[in-house]
Amino acid sequence: MTELLKLSAAELGAAIASGETSAVEATQAYLDRIAEVDGQIHAFLHVAADKALEQARAVDARRAAGEKLGPLAGVPVAHKDVFTTKDMPTTAASKILEGWQSPYDATVTERLRDAGLVILGKTNLDEFAMGSSTENSAYGPTRNPWDTDRVPGGSSGGSSAAVAAFEAPLATGTDTGGSIRQPAAVCGLVGAKPTYGTSSRYGLIAFASSLDTPGPIARNVLDAALLHEAFSGHDPRDSTSVNEPVPPVVEAARRADVSGMRIGVVKELSGEGYQPGVMQRFTEAVELFESLGAKIVEVSCPSFTAALAAYYLIAPSECSSNLARFDAMRYGLRVGDDGTRSADEVMALTRAQGFGPEVKRRIILGTYALSSGYYDAYYGSAQKVRTLIKRDFEAAFQQADVLVSPTTPTTAFRLGERIDDPMAMYLADLCTIPTNLAGNAALSVPCGLAPEDNMPVGLHIMAPTLADDRAYQAGAAVEAALRDKWGGDLLSQCAYAV
Amino acid sequence: MSAITRDEVAHLARLARLALPEDELDQLAAQLDVIISAVAKVQEVAKGDIPPTSHALPLTNVYRPDEVKPGLTPDQALAEAPAVEDGRFRVPQILGEEG
Repeated sequence: MTELLKLSAAELGAAIASGETSAVEATQAYLDRIAEVDGQIHAFLHVAADKALEQARAVDARRAAGEKLGPLAGVPVAHKDVFTTKDMPTTAASKILEGWQSPYDATVTERLRDAGLVILGKTNLDEFAMGSSTENSAYGPTRNPWDTDRVPGGSSGGSSAAVAAFEAPLATGTDTGGSIRQPAAVCGLVGAKPTYGTSSRYGLIAFASSLDTPGPIARNVLDAALLHEAFSGHDPRDSTSVNEPVPPVVEAARRADVSGMRIGVVKELSGEGYQPGVMQRFTEAVELFESLGAKIVEVSCPSFTAALAAYYLIAPSECSSNLARFDAMRYGLRVGDDGTRSADEVMALTRAQGFGPEVKRRIILGTYALSSGYYDAYYGSAQKVRTLIKRDFEAAFQQADVLVSPTTPTTAFRLGERIDDPMAMYLADLCTIPTNLAGNAALSVPCGLAPEDNMPVGLHIMAPTLADDRAYQAGAAVEAALRDKWGGDLLSQCAYAV
Repeated sequence: MSAITRDEVAHLARLARLALPEDELDQLAAQLDVIISAVAKVQEVAKGDIPPTSHALPLTNVYRPDEVKPGLTPDQALAEAPAVEDGRFRVPQILGEEG
């Protein structure tokens, strides 16, 4: 069974389509793996073994009936527990939604099912996707398979840990400030934030609606591209969905060529606060690009230094508005309804008990930034910074086809290390946030282990809006060259590799 | 001088419908003070006449075709309600006794 776990998602899909193996065998192998290791990793909040096997049997039946299967039909996937699913619980890792059963599927969920992907279960996250370590989950933290004393990143930390521990070949994530790319980077995986609006938010429990973007997490660039393509595309049920064709990411991942490509190194995303081993691997990756025929240019994006500050005003502002829907009236937790308290009192008691510390912190911060008297100084200024960041990107993409930086300033930190220091936690998203504010595309690919702690380092590749394929093409090129250099995938060095 | 006082945090908590205990208010006030001092950086950078960006996409007034499609049934809509009475959501009193 271990042999099945070793296959990439692309290989597994091909093996199922050819009848070499079955969807049921593949699903059972992953369910066995989850039973074996998830007690130590805690990547999953809910494992849907029976439903997964049922979906797998349906795929096998379609094949037996002579139907031609898609590239990922029968391939298992771990689904971040912030997407609604009508046949399993959805909690957003919050007590306020404990036991909640959605009456409908998110568009991303629906498209996974339509592509024949087998949903193994729902993965852990920072509550409502707010955090960078998965320690903000109300159901306990997830551990990094490379070192279980360390965090798997966040907020999609359950998804990244599941893929790194070979509990799933693929996982979904959502990226609001780096929540796909940062956990992918610190777990030695590939993670992509698609162009905003190209993957649907319908049925994704909202955190910051102008930033939230569903995307893929995988062991390699091609697998990420296949999943990206499977669930992306216009959705009339999301009013911010872009009615454009999905960029040709699968084709780009197969092309894996950077000859003649102009690669811009962002000056502002380096220096103080960056771990030496991270900078070393990043510099080597840039040299590798050059040896592959790319032209390296240095670009300056001065407003990026204010991106983190702008983000921690914009995201909490949108969060304070979005999370007002948890009012204890129509669904979810209700506390203190004893016949004497008013709706207002019940609402306040429920929200105080149902939300965790980080969510409360952001709701109050957002309420502050939007309150009259402070609005112009905080939210208004942050929106202006957002304009400057977009302009910086536009200017930089005149000089370069893609931009690069480390994905995170440091490797995975230890559990508990930053939990009492919110600003230290927020710094984990320093390099990823500008892309969310501008709405363009970005990808993280593994570029080695930091010598000082043997933890994975991510290379961050940013591309213009609707040019996601460029990031995939560059990512696949560096991945292929590093695979040759290492004699295999980086992930084979992980403590939980099979 | 601190960027935000404990009383301000208590006021914001009331606005946000969060019945926070005293110890949480103390802790939040200290943390928010650090965060607000850090994010105030946007004011220095955003000087001058710069148009605001509220969204990454320049989309306005997006409508889908006006077609009748099945929605949730009343049973589905009420299935996860904390309390139900006569096929409706039952909520605590909203207006005072005198109302």
